[in-house]
Formats: sequence, structure tokens, C-alpha cells
Amino acid sequence: MTDVLAHLRRRERWGAAEIAFWLVAVVAIVAFPARAALVNEALIAGLFALSLDLILGLTGIVSLGQAAFFGLGAYSAAILANAGYHDPILGVVAAVIPAAGVGFLTAPLLLRGSDLTRLMVTMGVALMLGELANREVWLTGGADGLNFTVAPLFGRFSIGSFGEGPRNAALFSLAVLFVLLFVARRLARSPFGISLTAVRENRLRAGALGVSAASRIVAIYTISAAYAGVAGALLAETTQIASLDLFEFHRSANVMLMLIIGGAGYLYGGVIGAGVFILIRDVVSAQTPEYWEFWIGLMLVALVLFGRERLAGLVRLNR
Amino acid sequence: MTAPALEARGLSRRFGGLVATDNVSFSLQPGARQALIGPNGAGKTTLINLLTGVLKPTEGAVWLAGRDVTHVSASQRVRRGLARTFQINQLFPNLSPAESLGLAISEREGRGWDFWRPAGKREIIAEIEDLLTRFNLSEVYDQPTRALPYGKQRLLEIALALACRPRALLLDEPAAGVPEEERHDILAALAQLPADVAILLIEHDMDLVFSFAARISVLVAGRLLCEGTPDEISADARVRAVYLGEDAHG
Repeated sequence: MTDVLAHLRRRERWGAAEIAFWLVAVVAIVAFPARAALVNEALIAGLFALSLDLILGLTGIVSLGQAAFFGLGAYSAAILANAGYHDPILGVVAAVIPAAGVGFLTAPLLLRGSDLTRLMVTMGVALMLGELANREVWLTGGADGLNFTVAPLFGRFSIGSFGEGPRNAALFSLAVLFVLLFVARRLARSPFGISLTAVRENRLRAGALGVSAASRIVAIYTISAAYAGVAGALLAETTQIASLDLFEFHRSANVMLMLIIGGAGYLYGGVIGAGVFILIRDVVSAQTPEYWEFWIGLMLVALVLFGRERLAGLVRLNR
Repeated sequence: MTAPALEARGLSRRFGGLVATDNVSFSLQPGARQALIGPNGAGKTTLINLLTGVLKPTEGAVWLAGRDVTHVSASQRVRRGLARTFQINQLFPNLSPAESLGLAISEREGRGWDFWRPAGKREIIAEIEDLLTRFNLSEVYDQPTRALPYGKQRLLEIALALACRPRALLLDEPAAGVPEEERHDILAALAQLPADVAILLIEHDMDLVFSFAARISVLVAGRLLCEGTPDEISADARVRAVYLGEDAHG
């Protein structure tokens, strides 16, 4: 029993597979610059799925409206750039404010009712924000979206679509993902993170130990919204457009698919799931451009019926 | 004289026309060993929910260590020293006993909002180990709770409540469903609960009640029928009529 401390800290150390994951990502981007745009898309989707993992995997709160914050982050980056602030890092950091703000204000809607209630409420919020963006043309450009340009990173490295742009963009997204995954990792292993697990596993008992589930849920939902906002800002900056489809339902649904494919609750699941999702789309859509989602659907059914752990189990990362 | 650890003052709770709790008053002195008994449907669960703050009383007040907590939330009451266990296990299936106890201690120490430093803090290890030893959980400290034998889960129920360092502890049928060969573990755990904690034991098992409690309250149809020492209660004709008589049947 001298190992209680070691037991409690067993998830803090970085595993070999975890370190390898980041090294492979860097090497892949540098070695295959032609595929960098695709990798960038997967990394951003992975960050977006990580945002969902914070509420769904860690805390057990379902959402089909995560695109609300993704879109908010994207538009915030675009509006900021068009107002004359072109720095990409500033754009990503500033996206936290509107996303976390709306997350904080709408979180109390998730405290009552069942999972079905939460699915509907989160979907509803995303629908409303999408239509607001559609209507407020003066701010958002309406159906045309907002085109904008961002300055090079640190004044030197372009993250546009030409030359080394895609490679730099992918490295930028990877760096942001790394920082936010590092933070999420600390958070998940902290007393706050354990209390989220407690809320997920038994809200009644958590309350009997003095954990106010409501305030913990509001807090993690706000953080999750901020993560999704950063992902949206990254996508907008590296594609240099914010458009209404970022708010759309299929974004919220796909990000949940990615998380389920990779496995919820251990932070890397969303990133792995996003990689798998985008890889399948890329490979299969080259053969059958119209029907690629058939394979995603098949995989989803198989995963849910035969064990979602399998796929993630192949690449065991710090479990 | 010190204030009672826990006090009910004229508690009533109505659900529509049904009076589930009817003008119940009692007090637990620090270190008290009191039992609450009553036939099924007497309103024991409603009374616990009123005391812990899950339900608000229609009338009356709850006092904790000399302060009125009637309008204080359930989780705040825990922080002010009122803990409970559950008749049906309410545990965290995928956390180990050590992790569950660490959570309870962190919350008690106000670290529940710390999102940066590790939960496995050196300073709380000694206390976790002490609780594991006292509740005979040392062998299974790192197993997921869902994999523990039922008797161990019952012990963890009590250990978790004690990790809150309560002034008053409500034990809701701690031996419910425990097989005979594991019962002595529960009895031993109850016998060595800290002497300064006031304990209210809600229990069906008369052997357990009479071996544990210095005073017994009898709840019937939402009201306190009587209160006294085990000898007084077992000699009380009304109690025999409404409770022990019925118990002999079932």
C-alpha cells in the first residue's frame, strides 16, 4: 500500500506511445508537405473533437451543438482580422472570449432534464447562432461569409494556401493542439477533473461529498466552448474564410462521430478519430466521391456494436 | 453547553395531501450514537432528505452545529459537517477506492476547483492510507470500485462519508444486503467510528440497532412515536405493537 501515491499519479507520466504520437505528427507534416493541408484539417477537427471530449467523455454531458462555438470562433477571427488585427495568434486567443462567453451563458440550460433535452438544447443554440450569423449581414457577410487575410506567423511564416503556407498552417495547428491537449491533460488529472468524473459516474454521490454538479458543469462547458472556438478560429485563419456552414448541424454530428470512432474520455480519442475520419474520407472519396460516408456509417455501426475501445486499443495511448 | 451537532426543529413535509414528515424534532449531541427505526413507509427516507437538504421542509428548520441551515444547499451542508451514506450503494464505478477517497478529501479541503495541480497530492496520502486501513480496503485500494465485493463497497460507502470529516453522520442501513460472513467487517467499522462524530443510524436490523445505539427514536407514519434508551424502547408497548410486532411477521 506504499504505492497509493504512485497509483494516484499513474496517469501523469507521458507514455512512449503518447510521445511517439507527437513526433510522428511533426515528421508527417515536414516530410509530406503536399499532404499538409489534409493534416491541418485533421488536427483542427481533432481539437474540435477534444472540445467535445471535455464535456462528453470527461463529464458525461452530451451535445449536438458544438458547432455553435466552432462557428463563433471562426467569425471572431475573421471579424478581428477585418478590423485590422491580422496576427493569427491574437485571432486564436481572442476567439476564446465570444465562444467561452456564449458557452457560459448557455450552460445553465444543460442542468435540467435528460440527455435528450441536452441534445435538443445544444442543437437549438447552434441553429439560432447560425441564423443570427445569416441575418446580421453587416457583421458576418451573411451567406457570402467573410473573406480575410492573416499576417504571417511571427511576421515571417505565411499560413496561406501557397508555397510553404499549408505546412506552416499545419505546424501552427499542431502547436495549438499540443498546448490545449497539455492543458486538458493537466485538467483531467486535477481535483477538478476527478470531480467531473465523479459527476459523470454518480451525481448523487458527488453532491453528498460536497461537489456542486451544476457549477462544475457550467465551468467545463465554458472551457469546452473555448476549445471549440479556438478550433474554429484556426480553421478560418488557415482557410482565410469564415462561412455559415461552420455553424451547421453536420459539423456537430461529425465531431461526435470522430470522438466515438476514437473513443471518448481519454483526450486522444477525438484526435485519433478525426485522423481516421479524414483519412477514410480522403481515400474512399477518391474512389466513390458521392458515397464515402457509407464506410463511415458502416464503421460506426461496427464500433458501437463490437466495442468502441477496439480501434483506440490498437494505438494505446496513456490509458 | 455546546450546541447539538444536528437538530431538527418541528420538521414537516407534505407531498400534496400526504404528510410524509409530521412535526419531527430531535437533536444529536456531539458524539451521540442514536438510531432511528420505524416500519416501512414511516418516512425515514424523507426525513434523511430533509436533513441533508435534498428536500426543503414545508415547515420547520434544520440546525447544524448551532446554525440554521434550512436554506443552505445540500453540497454546502456537507462542507459544514453533515455527511451521509446511502442504503443502496452510491459509488463511482470506474474510480478506485483510493481515487474516490482522494476526491472526497480534496473537496473537503476546498481544492475541488484546482484544475492544474495533480489530484494525487503527497499531503493527502497519509489520510487516504489511514482510511483504507481502518475500513479494511488496503488490499483493493487500486481496483475499480465496480470490481469490489459487495461488502467492500459497503465499507467504502462509510469511508467516503467519513472522509468529509463530518460533525454529524447519517448512516442509512449500512448493513443492508451484506452477506452474513461479511457483516462483522461492517460492525467493526461502525464500532470504531470517531467518538466525537454524532451518528444517526437508520436501520431495520434490530441486532445492529441494539448493539450500536445509546438512544433510539421510533418513527411511525411520519411522526416520532417515542425516544429512549434501548431498554426503554424494547419495553415500550406501543413500539411493540406498531414496529416489533410487525417486524416479527416479516
